[in-house]
Amino acid sequence: MTPILETHNLVRQFDDLVAVKNLNITVEAGTVFGLLGPNGAGKSTAIKMLTTLLPPTAGDAIIAGLSITRHAAQIRRLIGYVPQMLSADGTLTGYENLLIMAKLYDLPGQEREARVREALAFMGLDGAADQLVRTYSGGMIRRLEIAQSMLHRPAVLFLDEPTVGLDPIARRAVWEHVQQLGREFGTTIFLTTHMMEEADNLCDHIVIMHLGEEVASGTPESLKASIGGDEVTLDDVFIHYSGSSLESGGSYRDTARTRRTARRVG
Amino acid sequence: MTLQEQGVPHGELDSAALLRPIGIFSASLRFVQKTLVIAELEARKLRHDPTELLTRAVQPALWLLVFGQVFASIRAIPTGDLSYLDYMAPGILAQSVLFISIFSGITVIWERDLGIVHKLLVSPTPRTALVLGKALSAGVRALSQAIIVYILSALLGVNINWNPLALLGVLLAVILGSAIFSTFSMIIACLVKTRERFMGIGQLLTMPLFFASNAIYPITIMPEWLKVLALINPLSYLVNVLRTLMLGQPVTPLLLVNLVVLFAVTAVLIAIGARLYPRLAV
Repeated sequence: MTPILETHNLVRQFDDLVAVKNLNITVEAGTVFGLLGPNGAGKSTAIKMLTTLLPPTAGDAIIAGLSITRHAAQIRRLIGYVPQMLSADGTLTGYENLLIMAKLYDLPGQEREARVREALAFMGLDGAADQLVRTYSGGMIRRLEIAQSMLHRPAVLFLDEPTVGLDPIARRAVWEHVQQLGREFGTTIFLTTHMMEEADNLCDHIVIMHLGEEVASGTPESLKASIGGDEVTLDDVFIHYSGSSLESGGSYRDTARTRRTARRVG
Repeated sequence: MTLQEQGVPHGELDSAALLRPIGIFSASLRFVQKTLVIAELEARKLRHDPTELLTRAVQPALWLLVFGQVFASIRAIPTGDLSYLDYMAPGILAQSVLFISIFSGITVIWERDLGIVHKLLVSPTPRTALVLGKALSAGVRALSQAIIVYILSALLGVNINWNPLALLGVLLAVILGSAIFSTFSMIIACLVKTRERFMGIGQLLTMPLFFASNAIYPITIMPEWLKVLALINPLSYLVNVLRTLMLGQPVTPLLLVNLVVLFAVTAVLIAIGARLYPRLAV
């Protein structure tokens, strides 16, 4: 196993709030990695640093041999990112959403069309390619966004709360497509979630964060074993490591955003 | 060919290639391409829903037809050897450019809430290209206004200069003007980050920018304090260029000075915008 992503004492501070404290995580190439934690645990801040949106206050992270502090511009060609919010442009068609992204990632003209068509087919969206995205269902928008983020075949794909607000059927479809990406393209998947079923289904390795710090790390099985008992679920693990309260933390803005995403989906 | 054969990412290999510096020529070419892609993105949105362009036509029509006709008939404003309607037409064009651009920054607040800003910033697109592309697309919207003002002016009998070079100059000036006001608007959006505050500030700025300029009356009749404001207002420089070219006034070195000012202001604002835009993702 070779690590494709490593963080070294990654820190991010906002005024007097330390959102991420000395984070040290390792992600093996070709695996699905889950960063878990309650609202306000620092997951989104961590993912923003790893995707070069936010410079770290201290520390560094290495993705495929490049440093997020020194090679941000180069790393952008190696990663894909699906933000938590529904970020496909509703005023364009699905095809146009993909086309613009393909152009921004410098895919050459003859290859562009093929990649876009392939991505539409892969995500089961070819029938809806020429409809405006505002007519899509939440699950379709999510799949379109994953397609957008995969056009340039990133080495690491970051998914921030990929199924927030989706109904169980749409959620399952997204999971299947994410797993298929890993199998077919060898993409390493880095996702954040606070949905334990999602983590248990998808992830090879899990790190649980609480109040900016790593509090547990391991495979879903080893984490369940670590707190003992036969009937232990990942929910119990989560509650064990992040304190009994699921609702502590999480700013007004986070909550508002999650609700807004949920509303657009529903 | 299976999907696998087409390109499984090989981290190490890709990384080494990415670190090799690319030449200044390919870098500039990429920059221009990216800028145009961002402008294309906006143009495609406009194509799906062009209603904005039609509703925007109402305001310049009202100014020219109502305000212009009334003030032309009472001859209250000294405009030298130009008729008031001639004097005013380029001013109304400048005003439409201002009005259509000054609220365009609100789109980046939308895009921030939707996560589109985040996605653009994670893509390998230079920040300056993102901002310049948006400025250019504001220019496209403003050109639609120019067409409307030209049609109305022609109908009202304004003495329009149809020299192709002058028309080209007007086109350039309109794009520069809308780049200035739309980027200014985007800078405000990056600073305030919420719709409510943005709209408040936008309302606060629009009318003073318009009235503290030579769009509908000459600077010479203004009180001293207003003259100072008019001189630091980029709109006045836009009006100067448009008035010279649209009406076929004699071209003096002053035209060049005005254009240089517009270019310089655009460059400074784009540079500031490119610094502030990434803050939207935080």
